[in-house]
Amino acid sequence: MKTVKVLGSGCKKCIKAAELVEAVALELGVEVNIEKESSPEAMLAYGVMSTPAIVIDETLVHSGSIPGRESVVNWLNG
Amino acid sequence: MFQIFTDFASWLVYGQIGLTAETKLGDALHFFVEDVSKIFVLLLLMIYIIALVRASLNIERVRDYLADKHKGLGYILGSTLGAITPFCSCSSIPVFLGFTSAGIPIGITMAFLVTSPLINEVAVLLLVSLLGWKFTLLYVVVGMGIGIISGVFLDFINAQRWLKSFAAEALERGRQESNVADPHEVESTITMLERHRFAVEETTDIFGRVWKWVILGVGLGAALHGFVPDGWIETHLGDGQWWSVPAAVLLGIPLYSNATAVIPVMESLIVKGLPVGTTMAFCMSTVAASFPEFILLKQVMQWRLLAVLFSLLLVAFTLAGWLLNIADPFI
Repeated sequence: MKTVKVLGSGCKKCIKAAELVEAVALELGVEVNIEKESSPEAMLAYGVMSTPAIVIDETLVHSGSIPGRESVVNWLNG
Repeated sequence: MFQIFTDFASWLVYGQIGLTAETKLGDALHFFVEDVSKIFVLLLLMIYIIALVRASLNIERVRDYLADKHKGLGYILGSTLGAITPFCSCSSIPVFLGFTSAGIPIGITMAFLVTSPLINEVAVLLLVSLLGWKFTLLYVVVGMGIGIISGVFLDFINAQRWLKSFAAEALERGRQESNVADPHEVESTITMLERHRFAVEETTDIFGRVWKWVILGVGLGAALHGFVPDGWIETHLGDGQWWSVPAAVLLGIPLYSNATAVIPVMESLIVKGLPVGTTMAFCMSTVAASFPEFILLKQVMQWRLLAVLFSLLLVAFTLAGWLLNIADPFI
């Protein structure tokens, strides 16, 4: 079970990013727990300066855009 | 160079639709078609080209660059980088915290955040194509000036006292760490293909966001252009009325919009005889002093600081408007 946090202020891109991760996880059959995190404290804690950002199991893997599909596959398989 | 858009509008409105230039509707529609087609073509072209160039500039770099700068220079740099960095207002909070936790003084951070919505490539492009070089230069100088002065003022009054406590602590921690080590190093080389991809993404993203604003702004501008009688604005809101500048600033607050929509309206207002300073004050207030932005900032600032910032901006826009109106005959 992976814990995925999508950090963002709730803008359209952040919602899309979360949906993408969810769809890819379903496709790969990887169990994930997706949380949307919009608090400023969380962004500070992970050192995120541009959103949407993606944290997998407490590691920041991506920030600033909706990630590419291949990257999501890699993170979830890795 | 822009003649082609005038010709296109004449062909469509007078030729195909069959309206004449003498009717109000024909005049307004011609204006609308000309401006929308011109702006759309320019936007697509220029956003792509600019994005190609700045693909390697990201916010982390800007932060590292600002983190070890001397204070005096910092305000100017903060404001300049605010003007050229791609930035959407939904990122203001993470950017604010990122800068703050790198120990960058709040004044420099705010110089960045105040200038950012006022000046961007889309705004500059629209200003040049609709209002000309001179006005664009004036707009950029005034916009950056307001960003810089706001920053200096906020540090002068020790505004960091009024940050929310977690943000204040982050600032303090950032200051103590002598050099800012970047935990996630950004890749420094990027290929032409990656630049192209970034530029395409950026173009679709920005265009997708602003096209409706262009239509709205130009539509309003066209209505003003076609239906407000010549001289009406000049008589009622001209130079003689000192209060028209603060009134324009106040009117701009509830009107939350981005520069893309306001600039076509500015064009019409100026053509109709509204003084340059009043127009600019209205535009800046609409773009930079908005409630949604302040509600976002509330997450990191106490009410007191928000009130100070808000008043500061309103006073700055009003003063800039007055000054420009006085200076206008000499420019």
